[in-house]
Amino acid sequence: MTPETAIGLAIALPLAGAVGIVLAGRQPNLRETVTMVTTVLLFATVCTLVPGVLAGERPELTLIDLFPGVPIRFQVEPLGMIFGLVASFLWIVNSIYSIGYMRGNNEGHQTRFYVCFAVAISSTMGIAFAGNLVTLFICYEILTLSTYPLVTHKGTPEVAAAGRAYLGILLSTSIGLLMLAMLWTWVATGTLDFTPGGILAGKVEGPQVAILLFLFMYGIGKAALMPVHRWLPAAMVAPTPVSALLHAVAVVKAGVFAVVKVIVYIFGLDLLNATPGTDWLYIAAGATILIASIIALRQDNLKRRLAYSTISQLSYVIFAAAILAPISVMGAALHIAAHAFGKITLFFAAGSIYTATHKTEVSQLDGIGRRMPWTMGAFAVGSLSMIGVPPTAGFLSKWYMLVGAFEAERLVAVAVIIVSTLLNAAYFLPIIYVAFFKAPRDTGNDGGSADDHGEAPLPIVIALTVTAAGAVLLFFLPQLPLDLAKQLVEVKP
Amino acid sequence: MIGANLPALQIVLPLVAAPLCVVLARPNLVWGFATAVSWTAMAVAVALLVQVLDGGTISYQLGGWEPPWGIEYRIDLANAFVLLIVSSISAIVLPFAHASVVEEIPEDRVSLFYCMYLLCLTGLLGIAITGDVFNVFVFLEISSLSSYVLISLGRDRRALTAAYQYLIMGTIGATFYLIGIGLLYAMTGTLNMADLAARLPAVAETRTVQAAFAFLVIGIGLKAAIFPLHTWLPNAYCYAPSVVTAFLAATATKVAIYVLLRVLFTIFGTEFTLGEIALQWVLIPLALAAMFVASTVAIFQTDVKRLLAYSSVAQIGYMVLGISFGNLTGLTATIVHLFNHAVIKGGLFMVMGCVFLRLGSSHIRDLAGLGRTMPWTMAAFVTGGLSLIGVPLTTGFISKWMLLQAAFEAGFWVLAVAIVFTSVLAIVYVWRVVESAYFREPSEKAAKASEAPLSMLIPTWILILANIYFGIDTSLTIGVATKAATSLMGLAP
Repeated sequence: MTPETAIGLAIALPLAGAVGIVLAGRQPNLRETVTMVTTVLLFATVCTLVPGVLAGERPELTLIDLFPGVPIRFQVEPLGMIFGLVASFLWIVNSIYSIGYMRGNNEGHQTRFYVCFAVAISSTMGIAFAGNLVTLFICYEILTLSTYPLVTHKGTPEVAAAGRAYLGILLSTSIGLLMLAMLWTWVATGTLDFTPGGILAGKVEGPQVAILLFLFMYGIGKAALMPVHRWLPAAMVAPTPVSALLHAVAVVKAGVFAVVKVIVYIFGLDLLNATPGTDWLYIAAGATILIASIIALRQDNLKRRLAYSTISQLSYVIFAAAILAPISVMGAALHIAAHAFGKITLFFAAGSIYTATHKTEVSQLDGIGRRMPWTMGAFAVGSLSMIGVPPTAGFLSKWYMLVGAFEAERLVAVAVIIVSTLLNAAYFLPIIYVAFFKAPRDTGNDGGSADDHGEAPLPIVIALTVTAAGAVLLFFLPQLPLDLAKQLVEVKP
Repeated sequence: MIGANLPALQIVLPLVAAPLCVVLARPNLVWGFATAVSWTAMAVAVALLVQVLDGGTISYQLGGWEPPWGIEYRIDLANAFVLLIVSSISAIVLPFAHASVVEEIPEDRVSLFYCMYLLCLTGLLGIAITGDVFNVFVFLEISSLSSYVLISLGRDRRALTAAYQYLIMGTIGATFYLIGIGLLYAMTGTLNMADLAARLPAVAETRTVQAAFAFLVIGIGLKAAIFPLHTWLPNAYCYAPSVVTAFLAATATKVAIYVLLRVLFTIFGTEFTLGEIALQWVLIPLALAAMFVASTVAIFQTDVKRLLAYSSVAQIGYMVLGISFGNLTGLTATIVHLFNHAVIKGGLFMVMGCVFLRLGSSHIRDLAGLGRTMPWTMAAFVTGGLSLIGVPLTTGFISKWMLLQAAFEAGFWVLAVAIVFTSVLAIVYVWRVVESAYFREPSEKAAKASEAPLSMLIPTWILILANIYFGIDTSLTIGVATKAATSLMGLAP
């Protein structure tokens, strides 16, 4: 298989899977088989691209010209490779989990659910391999639209209101700001290709750079930079597999991925370093990290706490990129992978608890670790990765960020990372503590149900064990993402 | 023989066919006949476009009288494109009309309806094809008078007042136009557009010519529903029979905008219009007002047809804005949007035709829960609505892109912001309908509704899918529009 075919397949396979899912809609077992086969094939396809990219190749696939001189074009580069690998691998695990969750909770409209999921993954692959801004923008919007029916899966009026916030914020920021930034870039430079070293140097200068950066950063609403973060907690009304893969991995990572792409390949680190007034990004991201962590501390609803933790962790990526040191940008790239494994584990655990016990609040979790050891064990691993404790993947990325911050002599950045680490510990460790070391609370009002449940269904347990193991494995075997991340910051003429 | 006389055939065919409809009298027969005529007209328009693309501008002398004395049909890319838009919309609307007309028009008036419809088609095609300003007036009256009748055939009694209002406004517009060409004739002694263009520069400094310019712009502005001359439009679109709304919304205002382009650029010329008179400083505020006011008003409408009508006023604002940038991209954007908006609004009003057929109402309250009982119809609405918003891979995105590019090229970045801001308003009014259809409990009427018949669904979906096709393959739309704009502005190709 040539790399060009592989790129095309990576986009087309999930779409073909969606068609298959529709056709098999009446027979759930066949339908789920189609999903699983598609996920495995997709991951295998993405894997075939790895050796070439590591060897320095940048395979391309150009489709039709959307506008004169603006084609829909895909190109695989190291950052996209990391994102593509992570998303396609986790889709396999998440599908196993989905099957357990959707059946365990007797959710309706399952065919629609799997179809939208497949379309969302296809657009995620499109984002990962986008060769220019337009292609990224198109896939970005499709991702928003295809996840809307997933967020509003339950179809109740309350869910519609949450969906309104989700779609409203994501669509209006992307059309209102990102599209503006894209057109400005196009008219100023005559190209929209992602080019190592950036394309804007010499084309825009002074305060314009800062304004353009503002348009890009807030236009990419999926990166959840405050104050355009509200869609993410709103999206938590979705079934947990959606929150897990899409709102901890695909959608939000698409956001920060786009941010890093724009900083590295559109602006270029040199241009941003040389232009005064672009520091605001690093301040805004730092503020988001801290504020979101503080809000997370105060959430009793487990999924909402995780959502605010995600907002905070996303801004780590932006923050690391905004430090503008090559080594911190590597940290940003690694964090995309590291946070993905950690956070999906946490969401899997939250969904597992909900499926087994229908508990959603942190305050209900006393002693739950004894009856759900696998779930809470995985939760503990995920939490440690969020905090950045070795031996988990989170430690690695934080390490690179810290080194980068020291190198760039930004001591404030170092302080932000340390304080936020403490905050992370403050909102995750108590959960682990009460789950394992506190006696189950004897509450009369939930009818003694605190004791009569065991672990969640097997597919769920398998899934969360795999991702937790992944978060640890990534610490011991970081060679592949490290190599890719290194290539990202090596500017070749 | 036929090849050489295609321009005459384009007009004569529907003109002769119209009275025959009354003779044929039987509803099904008349419908079949009108459809066949309309399809032939589209074939002629396609053949003409091909001829123009191959061999350049066609000049056809009616009755063998040489211009400037005789009437000349002069077809370049701009009007060949408009002919294609009008005739193909008609060719798609007529198959759709059968079921809808049976429901909405009393049986004894069906033949009259198709007679008027073909006359209206004749008028619109005639306006587009002719190279003679008085001839434009004649066809303008043919199309206007027939559309007054068509609108008054609406089932709601308010259709009568709507038609009357349109009659008054339309007549004022036509009269202004007539005064304008009268003044031009007094100054130049000619009515041929090309001849006028050659003679006007010599007398351009005179008050008479400037007054003529004002009369023409206002007269055409009334027919094109340029803000604040749009007041006839919402009622007319709202109460007319569904088929009429779909046809007129997609074609009538577009043809008027085309006449405006002819007058501004071919007859008076870029230098006079944008240089001496500096019309852009009148058009820009009007366009902005249309975009903001009409979009805002659309948000508060409770009748979906009326909502879409106000949206049309806003969209006409975009077209006017494109003219006022004074650059090639802007004019291209206007012409592209002529096509794109025809496809968008034609599709959406056809959706409303399906809805009206089943519900007998287009009130947003009655649409509640319709996503369940009319899934294909509402899916078409969502797709068309996304195109109206300007989501990528739809025609609306192409238009917005071109407009934004033009704004940045002209340095009007404030206008670029206005364009994206009003797109965000479009999200609001489109999504109100979507939420009502998908998240509310079905209304009494919606619960009883069944899916629209295939004879209506298929044409509707053809137009809706055209939104996606022309949102990806822009070689026809942007290709032709760029060339047309180049020749309109008198630039070297």
